[in-house]
Amino acid sequence: MQIIKDKQLVDNTWTFVDDDSEFGNSGDITVSLDRWESHKQQLAHRIGKTGIRLNPGDHTEELAGTLSGVELIELYFPVFTDGRPFSHARLLRSRLGYKGEIRAVGHFLPDQIFYLSRVGVDGFELENQDQIPLALSCMGDFSVRYQASSN
Amino acid sequence: MYQYTDDDQTLIEERVAQFRGQTQRFLSGELGADEFRALRLMNGLYIQTHAPMLRVAVPYGLLSSKQFRKLAEVARKYDKGYCHFTTRQNVQYNWPTVESVPDILAELATVQMHAIQTSGNCLRNTTSDHLAGVSTDEIEDPRPYCEIIRQWTTLHPEFAYLPRKFKIAVSGSERDRAAVQLHDIGVYLVKNDAGEVGFRVLAGGGLGRTPIIGQTVKPFLEKKHLLSYLEAVVRVYNLFGRRDNKYKARIKILLKETGLEKFTAMVEDEWLRIRDTMVIGEERIAAMKAQFVAPAYDAQAGNDASCEQHAAENAGFAKWLKYNTVDHKVAGYRIVFVSLKAPDSPPGDITADQLEALADLADRYSFGEIRSTHRQNLVLADIKRGDLFALWQKLDALRLATPNIGTVTDMICCPGLDFCSLANAGSIGVAKEINEVLDDLDYIHDIGDLKINMSGCMNGCAHQSVGHIGILGVDKKGEEWYQITLGGSSENEAAIGERLGPAVAKNQITQTITAILDVYLQQRLEDEPFLQTVNRVGLEPFRDRVYANH
Repeated sequence: MQIIKDKQLVDNTWTFVDDDSEFGNSGDITVSLDRWESHKQQLAHRIGKTGIRLNPGDHTEELAGTLSGVELIELYFPVFTDGRPFSHARLLRSRLGYKGEIRAVGHFLPDQIFYLSRVGVDGFELENQDQIPLALSCMGDFSVRYQASSN
Repeated sequence: MYQYTDDDQTLIEERVAQFRGQTQRFLSGELGADEFRALRLMNGLYIQTHAPMLRVAVPYGLLSSKQFRKLAEVARKYDKGYCHFTTRQNVQYNWPTVESVPDILAELATVQMHAIQTSGNCLRNTTSDHLAGVSTDEIEDPRPYCEIIRQWTTLHPEFAYLPRKFKIAVSGSERDRAAVQLHDIGVYLVKNDAGEVGFRVLAGGGLGRTPIIGQTVKPFLEKKHLLSYLEAVVRVYNLFGRRDNKYKARIKILLKETGLEKFTAMVEDEWLRIRDTMVIGEERIAAMKAQFVAPAYDAQAGNDASCEQHAAENAGFAKWLKYNTVDHKVAGYRIVFVSLKAPDSPPGDITADQLEALADLADRYSFGEIRSTHRQNLVLADIKRGDLFALWQKLDALRLATPNIGTVTDMICCPGLDFCSLANAGSIGVAKEINEVLDDLDYIHDIGDLKINMSGCMNGCAHQSVGHIGILGVDKKGEEWYQITLGGSSENEAAIGERLGPAVAKNQITQTITAILDVYLQQRLEDEPFLQTVNRVGLEPFRDRVYANH
């Protein structure tokens, strides 16, 4: 599967491992915030990289001080109308100083990519790969802006 | 009024292009109905009973004559030759086609107009006092701050998918004419003990199914911190507002369930972290104020004697002068209300011909500006006393001079069952019936200040819960019934009306209203207005009369 990263198409190397599955030792994975907090030791000893998947109801401040070395945080959209991940991205960038990749995953629309880019999301995993060209063009929907944001 | 920069213009043109693409994808089947719904609502487009409805933004109710002419042109070309002013100072077209909406938006963009965020679960159009800049009781003109807020809300990337809609109102006067306490965020310009002007910020007000009056969350906010504070409130709402039930998703429910103290602390905590990164510079405020400087008033305007003379000779003019004009802060000028409540016209409706004629009158008499009010009338704000008689004659010929501002026939009314797919009951027809019964101007003037607000459903677009008399359409086994409330107010002493009793049938509504008016006339002390009488005597005398035969 291909994703958009920094406005380029790249191959995805990451897999989300849900809380009921073993996370194994190798491969780049993301895990839930719960698991990230409860299995910190085990995850730290993995050979592969570990990232975090945030659900809309998670609180980003729980990640304060724990993000060094983390290369990926996924923001999961169960429905595209849930706007909490937009604030999560903004807070990860502005308050937690997180510099790694923030990737939108789940059910979001290409039409939301302009706003998502502005709040600091730089990776996009589209459910429908046919929408990648549309998604890329949506990044240029607006050339002007009123607010300061992450981007 | 505020003039667009190149960037402002580019933004609305890019928005048109974006929406054109979304509409094409919807029409070709590439974009699903649910997805398009969320996107089109954020561009003011509803799918209604008969046809789509397009809501066009009128930021803080201020329009130019040029914009009025464009509204007329759009009404003729894409609609049925008229449009409708709403309770949030906006304009609605009831008969465009979905296919034509991108073209309409492109036309509107040529006169610095748009439909951005006039619906949907996002930051909506900022509303204000329709007498901003000209009233006699103003602390400071709120419009520069409204424009600063308008820009901040427009395409705000973080807050486009809130739990529910979010409305902001700003007032700069002692007397609240903007229903500030009934908004998600209400902002009053106030002076502190040191004589500095800043803001008192309220949150958690709102109408709809659970009407609640807003509470003060910040008694005094320095001007430079306006945007950081708003951002803090909305961020707390975006993260913590309920998303499990759309009827409990407004910020008023979050505030109520969290409690004022804890909610305020959450906002304060967030605000302190971002306050210094979002300071509004003095030069920005000064530049924005320069966009709203007073027009070149005629220093000789006070020397007019003709107005008094005409009023003495012409009873019709005298009545209009009394009811449809108010004092202006500049000597020799008056503020004129243009009534969109002619007896046989749906409240708030205006034809293309009337729009164009008003544009001409605004150019000739009022510096080319027109305002819309949240009570669905229009205002020509800067009329010389010496021009009042000529203006009245012209407005009268246009059927825009019904002398009923603030009276019982100056009803607020939603489109109701006739147009709206949400409505349970008709409202325009009922308004017409009430008008037909109350056809005696002397009687109407004797009753005096009385605000009737009527909505066709619980969503309460016509703010029935804060009407002195509120009328709410409900559905009872497929029939239209009406619930009556008394004692509501959206002004300084904001209050939610109390239910009179069981709903009344459609054929009983006019006699119910006249019974209520009869009781008031019997109970009132001297010049006591309706609302005061209701507050003094309570609802019992009204109940006794209305339900006497039940």
